[in-house]
Amino acid sequence: MEFKKMDEIQKRILMEVAGLHTVPEGAFNIRSDGELAGRSSSANIEIVSKEDGSGIDIHIKPGTKNESVHIPVIMSKSGLHDVVYNDFYVGEDCDVVIVAGCGISNCGAGDSEHDGIHRFYVGKNSKVQYVEKHYGEGDGTGKRILNPVTEVYLEEGSYVEMEMVQIKGVDSTDRSTVAKVAKDASLVVKERLMTHGEQYAASAYLVDLDGDGSSADIVSRSVARDKSYQKLDLRINGNAACSGHTECDSIIMDEGRILAVPQLEANCTDSALIHEAAIGKIAGEQLIKLMTLGLTEQEAEEQIVNGFLK
Amino acid sequence: MLELKNITFDVQEGAQEIGIIRDVSFTIPDNKFVVITGPNGGGKSTLARLIAGIEKPTGGQILLDGEDITQKSITERARMGISYAMQQPVRFKGIQVLDLLRLASGKGIKVTVAEACQYLSRVGLCAKDYIMREVNSSLSGGELKRIEIATVLARGTKLSVFDEPEAGIDLWSFQNLIQVFEQMRDSIKDSSILIISHQERILEIADEIIVVADGKIDRQGPRDEILPSLIGTTSAVGACVPMGGRPVPVPPVPTDANGNPIPKSRMKGGEA
Repeated sequence: MEFKKMDEIQKRILMEVAGLHTVPEGAFNIRSDGELAGRSSSANIEIVSKEDGSGIDIHIKPGTKNESVHIPVIMSKSGLHDVVYNDFYVGEDCDVVIVAGCGISNCGAGDSEHDGIHRFYVGKNSKVQYVEKHYGEGDGTGKRILNPVTEVYLEEGSYVEMEMVQIKGVDSTDRSTVAKVAKDASLVVKERLMTHGEQYAASAYLVDLDGDGSSADIVSRSVARDKSYQKLDLRINGNAACSGHTECDSIIMDEGRILAVPQLEANCTDSALIHEAAIGKIAGEQLIKLMTLGLTEQEAEEQIVNGFLK
Repeated sequence: MLELKNITFDVQEGAQEIGIIRDVSFTIPDNKFVVITGPNGGGKSTLARLIAGIEKPTGGQILLDGEDITQKSITERARMGISYAMQQPVRFKGIQVLDLLRLASGKGIKVTVAEACQYLSRVGLCAKDYIMREVNSSLSGGELKRIEIATVLARGTKLSVFDEPEAGIDLWSFQNLIQVFEQMRDSIKDSSILIISHQERILEIADEIIVVADGKIDRQGPRDEILPSLIGTTSAVGACVPMGGRPVPVPPVPTDANGNPIPKSRMKGGEA
């Protein structure tokens, strides 16, 4: 079955952010231009609208394994400002995949903005893989703005892996991610960010490692091209016998600029915290190597950037 | 066939101009395996970089099959059939060994995983362990070096230039690597190989040897002529490092009944 109600632009955006060209299996909720475009709950995953209409609650029953939830957002009208709250309640002993993402196609003059506030309450010993892609297109003068807020609360022994990707077309983004990690729980974040033109992107992480044996691994790889600007602010607080690692690895090209602000706060003598941050242009020898394989300088650059953001 | 004609390469150091390469001319004929050797700092790697187009000469001409390529870019030369293996290969975050071999082959995703694995096997790497690995700092220097050599094998061009393939490879692995070059030597058809090396085992399989010192050609000629003059002489110090860094007895040059040296090609089967 295909999405009949959607036009080609909407379908394309859906493909970009969620990899979907037909109705996904399992539970899903598709929001298009501020309205519900499709929803399906499954036996174990229930999606309900919030009573005040501000968003949705997703309830995942304890013990749900190998199921997925898709909640993509599409914006194809110019001048729309959409704010939505999505709360995920993941029961104990689950193993699920959650795919979110927002695509904006703005061909008009008005700014289009989507602010998604995602909250995850992850039960004991559950495993969640979260994938979020942001994408923008359209040649209108209106800006494409995404300001996502993500909050993650990990209960004892749980594991959350988050993959956040924003590679193309978003003019301005101000991203905030907050996490609280309990005993023996782990948070792994892989962020990939590329900005071009005059884009602005800020990404801030604040992770509290509250329980003994908790851990966090936050890795951000980014590329700033043209005249774009990025601010990457990665902070871990070690409040118990925990281990935390942040890595901020960036390539700057053209006149791109990046500010990396890694921060660690150790509030417990048994916390082991590490941060790494490196910013630099593509190494000349890397270009040379690929050129000796017959690639042009531009092709070599593309390959290096693609690999880096893979 | 590659020809270097009166190549000079100067670098500016302050107000002073320093000659790195001074009036060097030589020819790498088709079907030949040529080794450039000589003391460190003598200009060997610079010659390789000049051939690959990474540096442009201050004077002189470089010709590939008669065509002047002196002003051609690295990419153009690569596409015309020059391959170059770096002395210190670079690492790439996120690019997998398979990606690199596919780029090298010029055929992109048409190269199957099985085909790419063959190149790795040829350089003595267990292909399934490496094919999906990233070419990043998780690879040791020796592994990286072999992958670098595999990219040149994957290209299969008419001229392959290797800058000190033995550098950074342990003694045991190097024994296997020699076989790679021996195989290349045997299947050279219509192509030529230029290796910069200090290793006696590499020099032993050369057709011709060029000794470069102080930016100039000290001497050049067939292996049987040059190699004996290198081993055991003062010029061999630093130019020729015996296996494992310990002195080895100089093998007598085998001669036939008339006292003429026997070319290696006629000594097959007798070698270890």
